[in-house]
Amino acid sequence: MSAPRPNPPMAMLAELTHRCPLACPYCSNPLELERKERELTTDEWKDIFSQAAEMGVLHVHFSGGEPASRRDLEEMVAHARDVGLYTNLITSGIGLNKRRLDALNECGLDHVQLSLQGVDSEMADWVGGYKGGFDRKMQVAEWIGEIGFPLTLNAVMHKKNFDRLDETIAIALDMGARRLEVATVQFHGWAAKNRAALMPTREQAKQARLTVNEARKRLEGVLVIDYVPADHHSDYPKPCMGGWASTGINIAPDGAVLPCHAAHTIKSLKFDKAHEKPLKEIWYDSDAFNAFRGFEWMQEPCRSCELKTKDFGGCRCQAMAIAGDAAATDPVCIKSPLHDELVRQAEADSEADADLVYRVMPT
Amino acid sequence: MSVELKDGDRPVILRGVRTHFDKVRNVWLLLAPERALKLDDVGRAILDEVDGMRTFGEITAILAEKYDAPLDRISGDARTYLSGLMARRMVEAR
Repeated sequence: MSAPRPNPPMAMLAELTHRCPLACPYCSNPLELERKERELTTDEWKDIFSQAAEMGVLHVHFSGGEPASRRDLEEMVAHARDVGLYTNLITSGIGLNKRRLDALNECGLDHVQLSLQGVDSEMADWVGGYKGGFDRKMQVAEWIGEIGFPLTLNAVMHKKNFDRLDETIAIALDMGARRLEVATVQFHGWAAKNRAALMPTREQAKQARLTVNEARKRLEGVLVIDYVPADHHSDYPKPCMGGWASTGINIAPDGAVLPCHAAHTIKSLKFDKAHEKPLKEIWYDSDAFNAFRGFEWMQEPCRSCELKTKDFGGCRCQAMAIAGDAAATDPVCIKSPLHDELVRQAEADSEADADLVYRVMPT
Repeated sequence: MSVELKDGDRPVILRGVRTHFDKVRNVWLLLAPERALKLDDVGRAILDEVDGMRTFGEITAILAEKYDAPLDRISGDARTYLSGLMARRMVEAR
């Protein structure tokens, strides 16, 4: 029996570039960053957005690196909007000025997601590895408010800043954000190099949930809060990406088409390039996208688990990183033979400390 | 602010929130930051009357007339629907 045809993708993460003025130690970009010379051209990106809209993508998230590092950002946003996509800019704010924001407004940009590295310049500039970044971001936030862009504040949370969650929420309110994402660091890529510096304690994770729940009640109708918990302190894995290659499609700066931003860590899969093959063909027919769709690929304990339709076995990249097998149960799961070791390691890292290892571009 | 919606309030669909016909899935959607809500006929009918000028009372009167339905039922349905969108920061009452 052949597998049912997958649904079309809902959202595209367009990683326009890996270049970024910041050097966050939890950057979700791969350890091997792409250089500027390998980035897709403006026209290649525009063609990708046209194809995306045609096949049913609704939201396109302009991301990076820092997407404002691309001087053609405005032209690409205008095109994406023209072909009917909902356009979201995911930015640190660095590289944007009032003139560029006005231009993005003219182009029809729908929404801005601003990242927050800390609640004051001391914390934020240290975490981002960029002096003056916090003050600059606050200025950009003011311009965003003046123009009237809907704003989501994205705060990446970890051991060093979890105790300042209340202040983080207050900043979101001050900025007039409609949404706040309280996103605990996921330990892939650069973050995996910073486990001892960033792994939150179990107590912090517990307190964060209480704080979020209280704030959600208090701020109903004012601020929507999305919470990404610390999965290494959980008993069951996250339903990563809503299931492999089910809703999201990710384009890397060099055109590689991935089911998620960390999928390149699964070396056994070969990912096609968007400028070499139609997107539709890659989404529906490529081996890489079909590798973990449905349930046939699962092993025990996932295969016979009733939760498999809810969590899809968790995160494939985390299974690869920790179990060494992308088809294994996510070791976060209490049913995984590796769960106890994962918990022990997370507790040890949460009690330890280390200097930050910043993200660096290749020389 | 709260998600209370009085008859004299003027609901407004916030910037960055818009209806969209999805020709691939053949459905109407409400697109918002990070969200795409499926719109059924009732939701669409309500949102069609939200123009930022009309009060909630005016909107429900129009709907009751248009669909020949009792005002209190229309009012209850529309209030539940719109206050749900207010809680999600897609609609605001002014």
